[in-house]
Amino acid sequence: MLTITEALFDQIVAHARQDHPDEACGVVAGPAGTDRPERFIPMLNAARSPTFYEFDSGDLLKLYREMDDRDEEPVVIYHSHTATEAYPSRTDLSYANEPGAHYVLVSTADTDDAGPFQFRSYRIVDGEVTEEEVKVVESY
Amino acid sequence: MAIEVRIPTILRTYTDGAKAVDANGETLAELFADLDTRHAGIQARIVDGGELRRFVNVYLNDEDVRFLDGIKTKLTDGDNVTILPAVAGGMV
Repeated sequence: MLTITEALFDQIVAHARQDHPDEACGVVAGPAGTDRPERFIPMLNAARSPTFYEFDSGDLLKLYREMDDRDEEPVVIYHSHTATEAYPSRTDLSYANEPGAHYVLVSTADTDDAGPFQFRSYRIVDGEVTEEEVKVVESY
Repeated sequence: MAIEVRIPTILRTYTDGAKAVDANGETLAELFADLDTRHAGIQARIVDGGELRRFVNVYLNDEDVRFLDGIKTKLTDGDNVTILPAVAGGMV
């Protein structure tokens, strides 16, 4: 289960809506070993594409160095799908390399009346996807 | 010649959980081959057909080696190499 504050939930949604029609992506880091998302880090989608996202490689190094220095982990890795449901694609599965992370998918397809708004979370381990419950709380 | 190589979480199964290991090589290609002699299998996760895999980022000190000489990038004693899988995906 992913437990996340309403404030962080809203920040992820706002980022996804802001970057629509491109895919938005980012991380919510948290203290290592706690499974508690705390620090919202929106990332630039270097692909600037409505169908693909990739963190800029320089930004990625900076992000991981920073998390390392602060003893943090990427607790949530999020991105948006702009025209399809919030379910991991084959591409998402093949590039999912953080088995400890909650992969959050937001669908902004509702913006184009293509479907309802969705915020869903998954574990992706060895290419196997498991959806999990999302619990939104006021604070931890 | 000792080069420190930082290993991402997903590849630490090859290094008994170590976040960083030492390796030797005049170039990145040699370095990964040397790594593989002690951490069998790790090279194939980074290199494919003699080239770096598209969705694995390798940095020499602070520079993405794609902007240097790729897998042929030359190394100097005391360099740091960081391996980070790309964070990527998409709807297709």
